[in-house]
Amino acid sequence: MNKTVNQKAWFLVLPVLVLVAFSAIIPLMTVVNYSVQDSFGNNEFFWAGLEWFDEMLHSERMWNALGRQIAFSAIILAIEIPLGIFVALNMPKSGVWASFCLVLMSLPLLIPWNVVGTIWQIFGRVDIGLLGYTLDAVGIEYNYTQDFFAAWATVIVMDVWHWTSLVALLAYAGLQSIPDAYYQAAKIDQASRWAVFRYIELPKMAGVLMIAILLRFMDSFMIYTEPFVVTGGGPGNSTTFLSIDLVKMALGQFDLGPAAAFSIMYYLVILLVSWVFYTVMTNLDKRDGV
Amino acid sequence: MAKITLDNLAHSYSDRPTSEDDYALKELNHDWADGEAYALLGASGCGKSTLLNIISGLLQPSQGRILFDGHDVTHAPTAERNIAQVFQFPVVYDTMTVRQNLAFPLRNRGADPAYVASRVQAIAAMIGMEGTLDRKARGLTADAKQKISLGRGMVREDVNALLFDEPLTVIDPHMKWELRTQLKTLHRDFGHTMIYVTHDQTEALTFADKVVVMYDGRVVQIGTPQQLFERPAHTFVGYFIGSPGMNVLPADIRGDTGTVGGSAVALGGDYGTPAGNTELGVRPEFVRLSAGGDGLPVTVTRVEDVGRHKIVRADAHGTRIDAILPEGAPLPANADRATFDPRGVNVYADKWRVAPVGEAA
Amino acid sequence: MALTLDGVSKSVNGQVHVHPIDLTLEAGTMNVLLGPTLSGKTSLMRLMAGLDAPTKGRILWNGEDVTGQRVQDRGVAMVYQQFINYPSMTVYDNVASPMRLLGKSKGEIDAAVRRAADLMRLTPFLDRKPLELSGGQQQRCALARALVKDAGLVLLDEPLANLDYKLREELRAEIPNIFREAGSVFVYATTEPEEALLLGGNVATLWEGRVTQFGRTPDVYRQPVDATTARVFSDPPMNFVDVTVRGGTARFGDVEAPATAATAGLADGTYLAGFRPNHLTLEAAGPDALTFTGTLAVTEITGSETFVHVDYGDRRWVGLIHGVRNLPLGRPIPVHLDPAHAYVFAEGGALVAAAPYAAAA
Repeated sequence: MNKTVNQKAWFLVLPVLVLVAFSAIIPLMTVVNYSVQDSFGNNEFFWAGLEWFDEMLHSERMWNALGRQIAFSAIILAIEIPLGIFVALNMPKSGVWASFCLVLMSLPLLIPWNVVGTIWQIFGRVDIGLLGYTLDAVGIEYNYTQDFFAAWATVIVMDVWHWTSLVALLAYAGLQSIPDAYYQAAKIDQASRWAVFRYIELPKMAGVLMIAILLRFMDSFMIYTEPFVVTGGGPGNSTTFLSIDLVKMALGQFDLGPAAAFSIMYYLVILLVSWVFYTVMTNLDKRDGV
Repeated sequence: MAKITLDNLAHSYSDRPTSEDDYALKELNHDWADGEAYALLGASGCGKSTLLNIISGLLQPSQGRILFDGHDVTHAPTAERNIAQVFQFPVVYDTMTVRQNLAFPLRNRGADPAYVASRVQAIAAMIGMEGTLDRKARGLTADAKQKISLGRGMVREDVNALLFDEPLTVIDPHMKWELRTQLKTLHRDFGHTMIYVTHDQTEALTFADKVVVMYDGRVVQIGTPQQLFERPAHTFVGYFIGSPGMNVLPADIRGDTGTVGGSAVALGGDYGTPAGNTELGVRPEFVRLSAGGDGLPVTVTRVEDVGRHKIVRADAHGTRIDAILPEGAPLPANADRATFDPRGVNVYADKWRVAPVGEAA
Repeated sequence: MALTLDGVSKSVNGQVHVHPIDLTLEAGTMNVLLGPTLSGKTSLMRLMAGLDAPTKGRILWNGEDVTGQRVQDRGVAMVYQQFINYPSMTVYDNVASPMRLLGKSKGEIDAAVRRAADLMRLTPFLDRKPLELSGGQQQRCALARALVKDAGLVLLDEPLANLDYKLREELRAEIPNIFREAGSVFVYATTEPEEALLLGGNVATLWEGRVTQFGRTPDVYRQPVDATTARVFSDPPMNFVDVTVRGGTARFGDVEAPATAATAGLADGTYLAGFRPNHLTLEAAGPDALTFTGTLAVTEITGSETFVHVDYGDRRWVGLIHGVRNLPLGRPIPVHLDPAHAYVFAEGGALVAAAPYAAAA
């Protein structure tokens, strides 16, 4: 819908454009600049063309990190989305308890990433952490700094603890928008609990769930702070996800060129996936209009 | 199909009702006949939706019982009551096709697929949607969706009653006519017991065999449209039914004559001397305006041309009197007298109608 | 003061929402936009208000071009179908809010608020919050806010659609009186022909984004320029029958008669005759009456009148008959039409001859 035309409005947008230029476009161009050059320090650069991209595409290290990353995102989505829906379905619809649940659910979302990491780092320690100590006491071998499985489990449980609330809150909002008449009609039609979910609740939640999946995917695909604080990417490279690997490469080894090429490919992957989501979502809307 | 009995039924939304005012629905005792079409008519907050929810089982009454064909269903869940309901806003399963929507109640009850298919086909023919059976319900017009909800209700042959909760609210005026007559035809052909809740008198009167007029949690009158029009039992019925509603004038009653502001009005029957606060009720259809002569002195304040007739608003001693003039009939110049057709005059004492001597109760 | 639309049209993504319109609305007039849902009423109002910019054409206020001007600078008040008030403010503050924004003095605001509250019968509720009020009171609060704004242009978009029938009837009678004094340009959108007639003033009939006719309400009702306007402005919908005129005789469906009334003097050819439901009768009215034999499909009784739905050929007619009639359904039934009540339209829909009765009314 086009509104009343007013050219002065452009001046109001200008500061934002300047900010975006400084915060996004210029750094991005710097990265592009690094990705096609080689440097041996001293601020001397040599043209390298697409060499770094080629190297990265054939780097086992990067493919491994990408594999771990995809596995991580897939696992946490597979847990958080159904779990979030389940929680939302079981939350009270109104009253004091509803408000109480909402506050409780939003608490984990308010904690900064590095604090979440620290909490779980301590929580999981066998000597002083409640979780680690308890597991150890009941005879389960648990050491996230040495055991591959324990490290993954810790990182995943931590993410689920941190972010399931977001999915649940979004799903809850979707559920709240369903008029009572739908549930009454379902009772009259003698629909099973599953049918109510499948034909009423799920279709009405579809829109917000797509947003939840998109947000959780992008966020988990770029995860850095929490696993870095807890496992530091270990044991070995077992929890070295893409961004951890990237930081190691860029700051640990100071391989600026390969790291820049890596960044750009990383960025393109996220862009691609987001675009796919966007297309699916708009098609969902279009279906509504037919 | 079933006869519905309301036995000593009442409902209060408060846990500990202390006075009658706490009841959204005051004590009711009624038998509603099998296969009839009823309309529950009243303003918002009169208790009609409360009553509907008790019948459909969404609400447990705080007192009394409800019976379908003599079986107590007061505490039976909705699904066991075998009722169908059409809501104010169309409720369809968006992701299903029209066919799947219609089949849904039967599938849920584990009906034989061949039976389901034939039944769906028959219902689609009834509601005139054979051509759109394989379309997704999402994106259909509001009236098509309402037809689907209606069809979903009728697809079960054992349905006890069809309930309608203001089903035409979101439908365009032109489509209202079509849907309503279709409903009427379906009722005639299949004889379901139907209960239709509305605040719209035209919908209630044209749809129902019997209209149940509710006011302040009470049923004030149950009657055919004609009874409600000619002999409103309560001044509220007179006001609520008819457009504009009945004129109500404070009057002294002596036998067959009423006195309104010093003018005598013939009543067309002997009413004796009823006790209490007495009033006359005259529908605008029975008011004639003339210039001079006998009748109640009035001042015409406004004339509204509604096309098929004119509504004349007049003032008599501070009380408004409305009159209806047929199309083409001119309003006499300087009209200043109102006379009433005695056949259309009713007498009220403390808001309730008084029967003239000799009228069958 | 006057609002002029000069060749205004609106397209969105190549789809035409409003076809080019020329319209002048004078101050102190009630202008009703009448048309079904999605006929362009709201789009047109948004253009008038300045919420949307027209694709083509100009909007003039007192002769001055305001096409590109912001809504805030235009002095427009709008009331919607939903009851929109500030929930956290009292009724008093709600009504006062537009004047406070204009920086009026306290005394001035108080006087205006009390006057508006008095007109809208809100005085006892001034200290309450909107959500503590009934729907009718909430909408009166929104109307009072529009009133105190003293806007040159007041737009009412189906303001009574969400209210109970009886309440609607009362507010409908009050609104023209209240706003007449204010001297602004009033625009009122509705889907209901009867509402348009009751409000009086002027009417613009809309159909698929086109204004089909604009004029005084009774004139448009009795002298529609085409079949579309007649259909939009008739509830129940207008009845139609094919007419063939040949050498001084007119054949209405299967009934042949001398070409009199509207068919008199027409060139040979085929036409479409239209007549309103209240002109279809069960008793022959006069010697010229045409007699059709249709099949009675449905009857609906309103208490004082009966709607008969008659199938004639492949057309469904509705007749509004005075009195309560119980007639056998599914049987042939003779119905009558006085040719003086028939409009004749060309095959394309344009009016060829108005019904002669309309000229007299």
